[in-house]
Amino acid sequence: MGNSVIIIGGGISGMTAAGILVQQGLDVTLLEKENETGGHLARWDRLFPDRRKASEVLDFVKAGLNQVKIVTGVTVTGISKHDYDFTITTRIQHPASSIHSQFSASALLLATGFDLFEARKKEEYGYGIYNNVITSADLEDQFKSGKGILTREGKIPGRIGLVHCVGSRDEKVGNLYCSKVCCVTGVKQAIELKEMYPASEVFNFYMDLRMFDRHFEELYYEAQQKWGVSFIRGRLSECAENPDGSIILKTEDTLTGKPLKMTVDLLILLTGFVPAIGTSAICGMLGLKSGTDGFVNSADSHTSNNSSGVPGVFLAGALKGPISIGEAIADARAAAVQLAGYIKSTTAYND
Amino acid sequence: MIKFNLFVLPFSLGLIYIVYSIIIHYYRWIKALPAVDKVKLATGIRTPSKVTASLKEIFLEGLIHRKLWKRNPLLGYMHMSFALGWFLLIVVGNLESRIYHGAYINAPYYPIFLKFFIHDRLVLFFEIFTVPAFFRFIMDFLLLFVLSGLTLALIKRKQSKWFGMKQTTQHSLFDRVALSCLWMIFPMRLLAESYTAGYFGGGGGFLTQNLGNLLIAVTPGPAEIIAYFFWWSYSLVLGLFFIMMPYSRYMHIPSELLLIVFRHCGIQSKKWGSSFSDLEAHSCSRCGVCIDACQLDFAAGIRNIQAVYLIRGQRDQYITEYIAMTCMICGRCQEACPVGIKADSLRLIKRREIGSGQVSDFSYITSTHPGFADVVYFAGCMSHLTPSIHIAMEGIFKKAGVNYLFMDQDGSICCGRPLMLAGKDKQANELIEFNKTLIRQTRAKLLVTSCPICYKVFREEYNLPIRIQHHSQYLLELVKEGKIALQSQHRKVVYHDPCDLGRGGNVYEAPRELLGKISDLVATEKNCADALCCGGSLGLMNTSIQKKDEVTRNALQSLLKNEPDILVTACPLCKKTFSKHSQTEVRDIAELVHDAIPGRNILSTRAILETETVTS
Repeated sequence: MGNSVIIIGGGISGMTAAGILVQQGLDVTLLEKENETGGHLARWDRLFPDRRKASEVLDFVKAGLNQVKIVTGVTVTGISKHDYDFTITTRIQHPASSIHSQFSASALLLATGFDLFEARKKEEYGYGIYNNVITSADLEDQFKSGKGILTREGKIPGRIGLVHCVGSRDEKVGNLYCSKVCCVTGVKQAIELKEMYPASEVFNFYMDLRMFDRHFEELYYEAQQKWGVSFIRGRLSECAENPDGSIILKTEDTLTGKPLKMTVDLLILLTGFVPAIGTSAICGMLGLKSGTDGFVNSADSHTSNNSSGVPGVFLAGALKGPISIGEAIADARAAAVQLAGYIKSTTAYND
Repeated sequence: MIKFNLFVLPFSLGLIYIVYSIIIHYYRWIKALPAVDKVKLATGIRTPSKVTASLKEIFLEGLIHRKLWKRNPLLGYMHMSFALGWFLLIVVGNLESRIYHGAYINAPYYPIFLKFFIHDRLVLFFEIFTVPAFFRFIMDFLLLFVLSGLTLALIKRKQSKWFGMKQTTQHSLFDRVALSCLWMIFPMRLLAESYTAGYFGGGGGFLTQNLGNLLIAVTPGPAEIIAYFFWWSYSLVLGLFFIMMPYSRYMHIPSELLLIVFRHCGIQSKKWGSSFSDLEAHSCSRCGVCIDACQLDFAAGIRNIQAVYLIRGQRDQYITEYIAMTCMICGRCQEACPVGIKADSLRLIKRREIGSGQVSDFSYITSTHPGFADVVYFAGCMSHLTPSIHIAMEGIFKKAGVNYLFMDQDGSICCGRPLMLAGKDKQANELIEFNKTLIRQTRAKLLVTSCPICYKVFREEYNLPIRIQHHSQYLLELVKEGKIALQSQHRKVVYHDPCDLGRGGNVYEAPRELLGKISDLVATEKNCADALCCGGSLGLMNTSIQKKDEVTRNALQSLLKNEPDILVTACPLCKKTFSKHSQTEVRDIAELVHDAIPGRNILSTRAILETETVTS
């Protein structure tokens, strides 16, 4: 019985928790499947609602990781539990060979996060088929590169469409749930695009806008009043491509009740959250249960939201469902506190 | 001299009733036929080839039950022993009775109860080389034959799996009573004949005499009265069965005979309820073979909507909207039906009754002249949801140098079939007329579609004077004409037969031949007429997506057993439906053909996706 902790997942939740746990004097190892920590946040340019730099948040979180052992590029291949101790086997994938190694810990924190919905699954929207259809994450990449947002033909887009709820609230792709942060992301990105190209027209196609958190509603007003972003209530049905590369949208304006056809130069798909591909394997190793949506269930969604139900295994972040950056940080801190308490109690009991 | 006993009365009354009932039914079915069908019938029954074909089918299906034999020998034998055994008992019994009764006219009960009236003790039970002895032997043998079937029927109640059936029909109380009567008939006959033979110490065959002797020996009491009791019971269950027959599933016996004749005369199902449909409904034996064929049953656990229940509801006029609407119209039950009943047609008739009242407004559709071309291409609205397909098709048209016109490039006007599946034929006709005008205006000689749903409706409802092809047929033709050259990519593929292309359009070979040229086609568990539905059917009107998902996942499991690189289909709806759940790449045959043309850009974005997944 020791005070070592393994955190699986080096995104915002895993890193935040790691920072708290080393502060508590615990021996923390962070396992990350990518070659870099930072998760989806590392890819993002600016955050809603105040459009601060994502890198600032990332830097803040990373600052607490000095004493954390970070192992990147590893995949967890097995977890076993003996009394109070966990043994985790991992594989590092090299081009020539793969290296297996083992870690042991007294407690586990799962922070495996989410994947972005694969936009190709909505083939009717043409992602991967039409050049000028991109995802919200692609747009962030382009914002980050600082090269400006251009169509594939190299032109400034005169008209831009943003499609909400791509892969969320959509029975046809099997995802009934709301991804929660795409609404406000769409509003944020619309403003950023208008800011970049004031002469361009920006249209958001939505089912309804869920401006649930502080300052979100104000941002939505700002988008309309200050930036002149148009919001059209209607789910996109299909797209086609013009010979010049522009995209024809077919939708319905459900407020006027009329079918609508529109051409845009650039179409941005606000892809939602799906459970991370590797999470189910890890859940299988530990016997954890997922909901019908594929996200991991906590022991109690109100009172034990960071407990997995398996003693010594804790949950943090978006593996339990869509959340914002702020919520991820808060949730990771809560999980860290619970985990530290668990280590303390079991150590005391065993000593 | 006509012999008579009071106990023959229940049988005789029942017989009179059933003969009367069959005559009335036949009369009504024939009378209600439209004039054109009456002519077909009148001509048909005068055409020797059609009469021969009808008789052959009646013999093979009505008596031998050939289709059931193919399905499962035990099931086939069970049905054959009942049908053929009983039939021969009647025929041979009649001949036997002639030996003892010289007259041409026989009381109908006389052969049935012959052993009550005649106790020919001069013939010993083990003889078979004299004429009466031969008949006695045959009659006992036939009774044994029927009883063996009855034994199997009893076993089937408990062990339906041995008979190739996972599920059996949930019968109504009435059918169960009729069934009990039917099952009682032959044991009663056995007991009556045996006791009589035992009492008289002769007159029975190898079965009845031996059993009779044994029964007399082991059962106390007055044998004559016991025998007489069984003769009464035999007559009663027979009479009761006949009286119940018109109201039970056993009406299928006389109905199917007429149905076979109707079909051979070229009479078909109509769009609206007709006497043919009523006859079809009466011809259903409720055997339940359709239940096992139904994916909604075995994949999604939806019971009581299968063809057998629909048809029962149709016959008894109680089909609910739920039964009518809960069906993928995939055609698997029709394919499995030993009687060949077109359950999908029956279901659509009901849907038309429900859906015809609703109105739709298509005034927003405007028409412009589409232009002229040799080939008119109709992608279909589903292909617009899977644009890789029509992009591939356009690439191929261009490569082959075809003068084509993409009729629904700018969004489609629906072919009409989704409306027809919902029973809204009147509304569908508006769209059909609209599309027909457009197609005619192009002066094209060939209509090619990417969608089997459209393909079916173009062929069946449009009445176009030009050729109609699904793109799998068209692409094969292009290859054969040398207009496109293909290079095999040697990917391991399985082919999924779309319902409307396979069972609905009878196109099985063209896509396989085409795939053989461009890939390594591997076998699937269920294919061609037995292929599974993808679960995305537009015909399923009122079932949750979760249930549809279960059908899809189940179908995928079967399709991907041989671990192909690509799951290939020839229907945009199947592609869309499978893509939702498949970890294996799902593509349309047109995309594969496009990629197999040397020098073309590979359409797949999957390769990029895969590299991304590996690095992440």
